[in-house]
Amino acid sequence: MSFLELQNITKVYPNGTKAVNETSLNVEKGEFVVFVGPSGCGKSTLLRMIAGLEDITSGEIILDANTINNVDPSERDVAMVFQNYALYPHMTVYNNMAYGLKNRGISKQEIEDKVNEVAKLLEIDPYLSRKPSMLSGGQRQRVAMGRAIVRNPKIFLFDEPLSNLDAKLRNQMRLEIKKLQRHMGVTSIFVTHDQTEAMTLGDRIVVINDGIVEQVGTPKDIYSKPNTKFVAEFIGSPQMNIFNCKIDNGIAKIDNNSINLNKSINVDDASIGIRPDDIQISNSGSISCKANLVEYLGSDMIIYSNMGDQEFSCKLSSKIDVKSGDEFKFDIQPSLVHIFDNSSGKRID
Amino acid sequence: MNRITFSLNHLILIFGLLLMIAPVWIIFASSTHTSLFINTNGLQFLLGDNFIDNYSSVLFKTSGFFQEITALKMFFNSFIMATGIATLSVATSLMAAYGLVYYRVKYSSFIFWLIFITLLVPLELRIMPTYEIMSNLNLLNSYMGLILPISASAIATFFFRQFYKSVPDELLESAKLDGANSWKFFIDFLVPLSKTMIAAVFIFMFVFGYNQYLWPLIMTTTEQYWTVVMGLKTMYGSISHRFAFVIMSMIPPVLIIIFLQRWFIQGIFQDK
Ligand SMILES: Nc1ncnc2c1ncn2[C@@H]1O[C@H](COP(=O)(O)OP(=O)(O)OP(=O)(O)O)[C@@H](O)[C@H]1O
Ligand SMILES: [Mg+2]
Repeated sequence: MSFLELQNITKVYPNGTKAVNETSLNVEKGEFVVFVGPSGCGKSTLLRMIAGLEDITSGEIILDANTINNVDPSERDVAMVFQNYALYPHMTVYNNMAYGLKNRGISKQEIEDKVNEVAKLLEIDPYLSRKPSMLSGGQRQRVAMGRAIVRNPKIFLFDEPLSNLDAKLRNQMRLEIKKLQRHMGVTSIFVTHDQTEAMTLGDRIVVINDGIVEQVGTPKDIYSKPNTKFVAEFIGSPQMNIFNCKIDNGIAKIDNNSINLNKSINVDDASIGIRPDDIQISNSGSISCKANLVEYLGSDMIIYSNMGDQEFSCKLSSKIDVKSGDEFKFDIQPSLVHIFDNSSGKRID
Repeated sequence: MNRITFSLNHLILIFGLLLMIAPVWIIFASSTHTSLFINTNGLQFLLGDNFIDNYSSVLFKTSGFFQEITALKMFFNSFIMATGIATLSVATSLMAAYGLVYYRVKYSSFIFWLIFITLLVPLELRIMPTYEIMSNLNLLNSYMGLILPISASAIATFFFRQFYKSVPDELLESAKLDGANSWKFFIDFLVPLSKTMIAAVFIFMFVFGYNQYLWPLIMTTTEQYWTVVMGLKTMYGSISHRFAFVIMSMIPPVLIIIFLQRWFIQGIFQDK
């Protein structure tokens, strides 16, 4: 039995919105799981159901071998870091962190020791006597983390905690969260719509779309073997190129070009996907296209082009000399192509 | 140019200040003379030397028709009544607003408007039924009787409700996850967060309670429960004693404002 089990969780809001649909998921102890998906797909709803802040329409949540569907959030022993931190504005940083401990009747001395220890760990010890309004965004973020850590909960829940920080601080905090999580070994669930965050933080990633779990897997699995067309397009930057085509006995026809997929399959309505950095340019390439636009990014560059009316991009080293308007030749390796059935959106292997 | 408008502004302010203060000063100055002196020489601008005489005889000499009460006792009565009204109305409206906003009561907005409508029915309008209720409860001639009928404030409930509605939901959620039950959320969060507003409502209700005239007049039959405002209308002493009483009657509300204003201003600055 896993540490946290979600069994066929469904959430229908009173206004009829179905935010989460029959979701099942197992999370092991100490694991760092990331929920990722586009805005409005139900990530926060799922997280809030685990925290007990939303009730569950149907299904079961089991934490540490207890069904917690009807357990009050205050009794669940989970901690959550909110997007806007939700620090207690009238309490000092110290009291913000100590409040949860006080409610559990822990002795003053012990509270003081714990708060000081965590404050040191997060480097917020100089601000313990300040009110949250006197802290910078990054410091508030740390206090919010500290408040969660100090309680040593069964599970950490993060709801887009980094989205209010500037890019540099975000990267730094991302690393720090990862390190902290490793250090403390607390089971964590992190919600984000940023795929970089998802890829770098997660032991496992759960890709959610429209209330449905599209795929669960390690970052590597998800990147190299997306289960559905949605996951393929959602994960990876720049986005994976998708071509709609008909596959005839393993040959995909796109515009005038034939691509041999080395598989004996026939699909009438298929999509084939290839990542922009998997397209290999060479003078002996079998496909020839015109570069509509070249974007220079320093070490890399991105070529925007099209086959018939289907646009695509290639990412390659900027040492190669292709300019806007040039013709360029390339090959598509069958092993790097992802094939999806358009009617189901599922991957075909 | 700037200096001219600056001094002009100040002149206007000083003039306004004098206009407000002067009558109070004249009464105060007059209250330090003997009645004979006032009667023969009119109101006074300058201080006399009967201050202690006048004030102590007002405070400690019995008065009223039946000579059953001193001014000191009236101050005490008024203080109890005003504090009671202010405290109770702060407490009830804080809790009523909490119930209305945070509990999913079915008709909570209907209930709220019902409470709000009571603003249209001030005590003066419902004085007969209120009297009857108090008399049935055996509360005539008691502090409870003075306080209870005025101790629920719809306007304060309205203010607290609006404030609670502006408190972000995450605060409640975060507190819940930190193990706070509904009582703790109320006491540890909403009450301290509404400190400023509590101070404002307290001042307002204190002055409102202190100024009550008709209700105490109707519901008290012994002079033991006379209040300051009632005393003002029934002071038959000498003129300078009456002035002294008027001056003293202003002190409690002023003290409350001075005392609570620090809380008030502190709160305003902390919120920023
Ligand atoms: N209280 C609510 N009542 C009704 N519908 C809601 C409520 N909260 C969320 N929804 C709807 O449920 C769906 C999922 O919302 P949710 O907040 O879980 O999305 P999300 O994945 O967290 O999005 P984001 O990345 O923008 O935060 C959305 O369509 C949203 O409109
Ligand atoms: Mg969200």
